[in-house]
Amino acid sequence: MQNAWLYIGLFLVIGIVIPVAPLLISWLVAPKKPNPIKQSTYECGIETVGDSWVQFKAQYYIFALVFLVFDVETVFLFPWAIAINKLPIFAVFEGILFILILVAGLVYAWRKGMLEWI
Amino acid sequence: MMFWSDPINFIGAWLHSVFSGWGMSAGPAGTLVAFLGILILIVFALVLDIMLVWVERKVVARFQDRLGPNRIGPFGLIQPFADIIKLIIKEDITPEGADKVVYNIAPVLAATAVILLWAILPIAGTITAVDLNVALLFLVAAGSLGTLAIIMAGWASNNKYALLGAFRMVANMVSYEVPMVVTLLIPAIITGTMSVKGITEFQSGVWLVVLSPLAAVIFTISAIAELGRAPFDLVEAESELTAGFNVEYSGMKFGWFYASELLHSYTFGGFISVLFFGGWQVPFLMADGFHFGSALVALPGIVVTLLQAVSFLVKAMIGYWVIMWVKYSMPRVRIDHMLAFNWKFLTPLSLAVLIVTALMDKLLASTNFYVLGMFLSNVVLAWITIEILRGVGRRQRKAEETALQPAMDAAHH
Repeated sequence: MQNAWLYIGLFLVIGIVIPVAPLLISWLVAPKKPNPIKQSTYECGIETVGDSWVQFKAQYYIFALVFLVFDVETVFLFPWAIAINKLPIFAVFEGILFILILVAGLVYAWRKGMLEWI
Repeated sequence: MMFWSDPINFIGAWLHSVFSGWGMSAGPAGTLVAFLGILILIVFALVLDIMLVWVERKVVARFQDRLGPNRIGPFGLIQPFADIIKLIIKEDITPEGADKVVYNIAPVLAATAVILLWAILPIAGTITAVDLNVALLFLVAAGSLGTLAIIMAGWASNNKYALLGAFRMVANMVSYEVPMVVTLLIPAIITGTMSVKGITEFQSGVWLVVLSPLAAVIFTISAIAELGRAPFDLVEAESELTAGFNVEYSGMKFGWFYASELLHSYTFGGFISVLFFGGWQVPFLMADGFHFGSALVALPGIVVTLLQAVSFLVKAMIGYWVIMWVKYSMPRVRIDHMLAFNWKFLTPLSLAVLIVTALMDKLLASTNFYVLGMFLSNVVLAWITIEILRGVGRRQRKAEETALQPAMDAAHH
């Protein structure tokens, strides 16, 4: 198994080098004639007003919280899912109970009106 | 080991002996062989990617009743190569005020994310680059790296439209990741393994789409959403955000975003085929040839491998074609509808499918009607879902009618 992750590492290295290569070739052969107007931010041709990196109201931060709960908890379900044939029926029901608690969380968020776009 | 029975491993072993003959020790020689193999696989993926540009342009043209590229080479086949040359010799414009480091890393990361996915793609029985035992988790992890690239690109461009595109991508990702991970649990439950090779081998008899058709549909929908393709293409919604996250990119950097989007779609077509449509499995084809009942048409290993690879690539292309079909026939979904569709429909449904699959799999494990039982439980679940949706729709219509009634009465008087 150690070997498998070595291969993934090789993939990562080659996977970074290959996308960089055409960018380097492009950097060597492409013309470079920058001027202020060419480099100004493109927003449908209208001059941009103010800074882009402002405080922004992310309307879905509640969704992000619900997502966090779900994503972490579903990862715990993977070992259970794989071993399901070897588990006693009681353990399967335990897993289902775990999922139902997840569903209860979702229903709670729904009833509280957290799944609405605000 | 013979060349005709197992060509890939034969060539690997032969190269290994050649490198050893040059005086290399076993470790570096093995690494070098692995390096060459991976290089060939990645180059194959990228050549395929170039052809996908042609396929995409040709197919969208046909959907819109146009001809598509047809000038350069037969059927315009040389067009994507001309495109690449053009992209490379274009001037690369970095907007003023962009975060240069993040801005330059983003397109590379977008391509790397897709190439990493090819590490676990089982192309044929003897061709899997890495047979990870946690491949499904790797799929989720590497799959969402592409999202990270989009967020980086949108944020670093110092452009409000790009930033809005990136914000929408976050909303997209945090929503559709949930049904995707939940439906990934279902092949794990049925096959009892997380390795994609194991999942493919399990499907020599029955494809998983028969055992869990609902999971296949949910996975396809959430894969399309994860890819940010229409009808979930709010990331680049041309009519609102010009081009969204990649509006400031030009030349080959834009080229990488475009290429990686296409290859990502194709790769997810491949994963849909691996998880639910048998991957490289060909009906009746075993490792030693075709088995029709008791009759055996023996085939050498090289032909079997070739048939399996063709089967996988064709299935992946069909999956990709379905993704394109959806893209070019659906209007864009509004963002609140998109999130509501996920949280109020797909997520509860995928959890219900998960519970039903786990229960039925356990109860029917050693019975004769396992396949039928799994299929019927999905049908019943789909029917209940449709009934619930119909009930909700009826109630909503009634509520709207009663809300309109006073206004209509007033109009009559």
